[in-house]
Amino acid sequence: MCGHCACGEPPVPEAPPAAAGRPVSLEDSLLARNNHLAAHNREHFRAAGVRVVNVLSSPGSGKTALLERLAALAPPGLRLAALVGDLATDNDARRLREAGLPAVQITTGQACHLEAAMVHRGLEALAEAGHPLTAVDLLLIENVGNLVCPAAFDLGEDLRLVLLSVTEGEDKPLKYPALFHSADVVVISKSDLAEAVDFDRPLAHRNVEQVAPAARLLEVSARRGTGVDALLELLLPASARAAALPVG
Amino acid sequence: MHELSLMQTLGERVLSVAAAEGAEKVVAIRLRIGTLAGVDPDALRFAAEVVLADTLAANATLTIEEIPATWWCAPCGADFTTPPDARACPRCGALSARLLRGQDLSLVSVELVP
Repeated sequence: MCGHCACGEPPVPEAPPAAAGRPVSLEDSLLARNNHLAAHNREHFRAAGVRVVNVLSSPGSGKTALLERLAALAPPGLRLAALVGDLATDNDARRLREAGLPAVQITTGQACHLEAAMVHRGLEALAEAGHPLTAVDLLLIENVGNLVCPAAFDLGEDLRLVLLSVTEGEDKPLKYPALFHSADVVVISKSDLAEAVDFDRPLAHRNVEQVAPAARLLEVSARRGTGVDALLELLLPASARAAALPVG
Repeated sequence: MHELSLMQTLGERVLSVAAAEGAEKVVAIRLRIGTLAGVDPDALRFAAEVVLADTLAANATLTIEEIPATWWCAPCGADFTTPPDARACPRCGALSARLLRGQDLSLVSVELVP
């Protein structure tokens, strides 16, 4: 028998054992270099007392619009800055600067995600533009629009914010569990369009909870400004805001 | 497609180990990939072929051990294993917030000749 049916053929020989080589045990993390640089970024952030948020979602789900709105509604005196990643163009950084948010574009070329080293270079560019970390309270890093690759790359952030727009479909968290699992905060964006697209709110909430039960979940409409205050509170605890704002 | 940049890192590491050990060939490479690592094993294999072509490791056997997501269930006081998109305990149905394993992305070992 061949081992699979009753055909009477002789068994197919097993694949020869892999050429016997001299084993060398390594146990290296493939992300060791990025993790090392992320830890380095984190030290910079701590030393400067800046809160850092990594903003992740699919393209077109409203990351830039949300950042524009955060800049518009942030309490006066709170110093915001942004790094924004895209494969090409500096459109988003220009949009953010027009919204009053100091922003540096990181163009990644072919890379589908931001890495800690790119963020480090972005910080240098922000400093050159007159916004050193010590003069920033909240740094928003808008990652490349992608629900897969950025999940694996720590940038040194305090919080991961993942957007799910109502127009994308309620099952995105189930389809891209690794990214949603890594979220500290999940924002359902474009909530003003929910009715128009028959958004199934309870289903979306269940799906987020299934993949990211520890994440804070809230709905935001950047267009209307609803939910933005609550989000700011999540991103920046009251104590940090009090410390950032000048007394009196 | 960050599998390609991961494999470039991996290729550099494998070839530097081979050079340091004075090896003529790398015949096997063993990786460990968690199902929540955000990496596709088939894409890794494809990237490995591209990255390792014309090197000492060109014909190395690539073995990828996939590690399923393992969670801690506090009510049961025990762990459980799930597909990547689920995290409910199969015993009691509680959702777990504590991932024990499943994000591994490691180069475990290589085999060298001689």
